Amino acid sequence: MLELSLSHYLAVSAVLFALGAFGIFLNRKNVITILMSIELMLLSVNINMVAFSAYNGDLEGQIFSLFILTVAAAEAAIGLAILVVFFRNRGSIAVEDVNMMKG
Amino acid sequence: MIEALFFYMFSAVMLGAGLMVVVSRNPVFSVLFLILAFFNAAGLFVLIGAEFIAMLLVVVYVGAVAVLFLFVVMMLDINFAEMRAGFQKYLPLGLVVGGILVFELVAAIYGDAFKGASLPAMPEISNTRALGNVLYTKYMYLFQVAGLILLVAMIGAISLTMRKRPGVRRQVIAEQNARSRAESVEVVEVPVGAAARTVHTVQPSKREG
Repeated sequence: MLELSLSHYLAVSAVLFALGAFGIFLNRKNVITILMSIELMLLSVNINMVAFSAYNGDLEGQIFSLFILTVAAAEAAIGLAILVVFFRNRGSIAVEDVNMMKG
Repeated sequence: MIEALFFYMFSAVMLGAGLMVVVSRNPVFSVLFLILAFFNAAGLFVLIGAEFIAMLLVVVYVGAVAVLFLFVVMMLDINFAEMRAGFQKYLPLGLVVGGILVFELVAAIYGDAFKGASLPAMPEISNTRALGNVLYTKYMYLFQVAGLILLVAMIGAISLTMRKRPGVRRQVIAEQNARSRAESVEVVEVPVGAAARTVHTVQPSKREG
């Protein structure tokens, strides 16, 4: 128990990932919280990557974690920009209202 | 021993903060708990020997992404209380899905595959330097593509949120430069003595008033 191993980190990251998925289910209306849940899930993936990389003595996992970080930052910026534009046009950010492109 | 204690502390706070992000009533608190979760994840990364990723997490996530979230949450004028209308309704389904996910992942992890693994000895060179050695040689192209992704994201975010409001005076530098003397300066014939009279009569009354 007091001897840390790879599975400790993997378990923590699994629980964090499940929390992110739980948040997406729980806050179906609020896009901001959904985006934050996605950030949590990406963080758990990063923990997985770094843990495997450290325990295998291979740096490539950390490199890819860096790329995941980049993509997550880009995703957050674009997502929030779309959110702001959507709010400006509709005055709401509820997910059910996002049907403007419906024919 | 002390490493394990720190691990449990960091991961407990991180998971608690993650739960609060999800269930918190006020989205501002959600963002602040997200920041707490990121800080504790950075602590975990330091513990595992990935200092560079840890510092990157603090700089990029806490410094940029979380502040962006905070900014958007504060800027949008939304009644967040009514957004939580379906909270009770979705709770059982979310719990079921989350529980299944945890069960599956933990069942996969607590096989024998990852049991005996222990952290290999730290290399002599620092983590940042080792990462740079790999990143700038083997992954040079991917590194540049990452920069391109960030550029595209930046341009996309700016062009999405920029708008032309009607009725707002903006500075158009081309128009300013293209002005000619004829449209900007007007020569007026002033009668002799008129300017001096107005100055003398107007100024004292202005001072008193």
